[in-house]
Amino acid sequence: MRIIVCIKQVPGTNEVKIDTATNTIIRENVPAIINPFDTYAIEEAVRIKERAGAEVFGLSMGIPAASEMLKEAISLGIDKGVLMTDRKFAGADTLATSYALSRGIEKIGEYDLIICGKQATDGDTAQVGPSLARTLGIAYATDISKIIEIKSNKMCCLKITDDGYEEIEINLPALITVVKEINMPGLPSIKSMKKAKNSKIEILTFEDINADEDRLGLKGSPTQVRKTFVPVHEANNEMIEGTLEEKTEKLSDILLKLRTEVK
Amino acid sequence: MANIDIIKDKCVGCKRCAGACPFGAIEIVEKKATIKDTCTLCGSCVESCKFDAINFERDQVAEKIDLSEYKGIWVFAEQRYGRLKTVSLELLGKAKELSAVLNVSVTAILLGNGIHNLADKLIAYGADEVLVMDEDGLNDFNDHIYGEAIIDLIKEYKPEIVLVGATSKGRSLAPHISSALKTGLTADCTELSIDLESKLLVQTRPAFGGNLMAEIICPDNRPQMSTVRPKVFKPLEPDYNRKGKITKICKRPVEGLVKLVGNIDNAEGVGLSDAEIIVSVGRGMGSAKNIRLAKELADVLGGALGSSRPVVDMGWMPYSQQVGQTGKTVAPKIYIACGISGAIQHLAGLADIDTIVAINQDPDAPIFKVADYGIVGDVNEILPAVIEKIKQAKIT
Repeated sequence: MRIIVCIKQVPGTNEVKIDTATNTIIRENVPAIINPFDTYAIEEAVRIKERAGAEVFGLSMGIPAASEMLKEAISLGIDKGVLMTDRKFAGADTLATSYALSRGIEKIGEYDLIICGKQATDGDTAQVGPSLARTLGIAYATDISKIIEIKSNKMCCLKITDDGYEEIEINLPALITVVKEINMPGLPSIKSMKKAKNSKIEILTFEDINADEDRLGLKGSPTQVRKTFVPVHEANNEMIEGTLEEKTEKLSDILLKLRTEVK
Repeated sequence: MANIDIIKDKCVGCKRCAGACPFGAIEIVEKKATIKDTCTLCGSCVESCKFDAINFERDQVAEKIDLSEYKGIWVFAEQRYGRLKTVSLELLGKAKELSAVLNVSVTAILLGNGIHNLADKLIAYGADEVLVMDEDGLNDFNDHIYGEAIIDLIKEYKPEIVLVGATSKGRSLAPHISSALKTGLTADCTELSIDLESKLLVQTRPAFGGNLMAEIICPDNRPQMSTVRPKVFKPLEPDYNRKGKITKICKRPVEGLVKLVGNIDNAEGVGLSDAEIIVSVGRGMGSAKNIRLAKELADVLGGALGSSRPVVDMGWMPYSQQVGQTGKTVAPKIYIACGISGAIQHLAGLADIDTIVAINQDPDAPIFKVADYGIVGDVNEILPAVIEKIKQAKIT
């Protein structure tokens, strides 16, 4: 079978520093990493490969430097990295991203399963998985915490929800998004790191993917950022001091008072 | 295609734009702003420039749709086992408020099997009309079946705004719909308002783990769609004398591509996403067995039990209770952090909390920086005494 893992490069930290003089955001040059949820997607694809045999593609859309990240994904066990990079893809919201990825996937060809992380830590929208599945016209399920069984045309999974878990059966080809609970990613071996180093990442530009330009990048994005601002969190920062008895007394009073305000 | 560049003659190198860029894509080189490869053309910098030195050309949408055809606000009424999710009622309240500004009506979309009796409740909570699809094939929630049904309804009725609760089901369903309709969707909004001039829906959402807020608009496509976190808005006082229209939709649902085999429901109790009070445990609890203290505090306060990531990784708590970047985002009124240091990844899961109380042995723990009340000390000494005192206070 063939599995495609969608991988996004995200900033290594979400810390936003504020320039108090101008009240604007300073984003230090933080190193880029594989979106944490995507590491579980990679690991799950690699486990299916080890269990049942599969060819695993890693697909990303981003700046040219993201090819280094795809090499890292190869060191983690995927077979081939494909990077979609073009100024025409830039400024894409989740709709334009899903469309672009769907064209990239079309270029890769036949597939049985697409695995995405539940969401990316820079946007937290969790939209690209479902949106991509709808664009491709295939089945999907979000927040998968366990793959119970894969057969040739069906797979059985556990899905985590607000209310507990659901056991579901999905027709293949399908797209799933995975949560942290699904596995514990392994570390790359020396051999796989060597393989990654010598690997070549396939680059796809606008010319390669047979896409409608109007549906890509900023042009294909219905949503617009009107304004960004740093939220003001004014914490009271009151430290409760005293002996253990005094501290617990004060804390109990505070909790009781807060509780009456809530209920 | 869209383009951005700096008009060098006008740029004075003041760095305001570099600060406003959420992606760190503007650098000041030889006292002039320079845009790097990492620019995503988001346009956040444009307003920051006081010298009109940023030239930003947004593409015109190829096919303009007739926006005036789209009228009214829709709310997806999520239900399970015939019980409405509170977030749907909260959304009706907000929709009512927005509808007054736009002078349009509020419609609730109710799908399921044997659920038509919920329509009265939706009207009591603010719906002017309820579209009900009550069919055998809609017994269990299903992204594909529900999604395709709603897509057809939207195409037929053309609402200008569609609101969906940001529950696990809502977050999975909404992008299916918006993608099929090729329109915008803003996730996990914490505020919604109408811009009086343009009459557009202004959707405020957190980004970068809540460290940055963004106002999103969807000017040229319809409907404007948002998912909204539970407990952000207050439901209206229900009025069962309110009159509304109930419209039954008779249409055969499509076949599903995913089949529900079985449910494994959490034990009855307050779920993390609905809790007003959360007591959360970190490594500072010392052992798995001490967690029962936090559970007891949660019980006496009528709250839910949450957890930091290390505690889940050590197997002391199930993943379903993990709060933070790789777990759940929660928005209780009160969050009591017991033995949690407060790493940035944990704080990313805390949205819109009124009061944070922190107990930690380390006076330098970052959690104290965001806490409203802090106590330096051993949770295992403090909690038993606090539980006892609260129990006593409840008796007297």
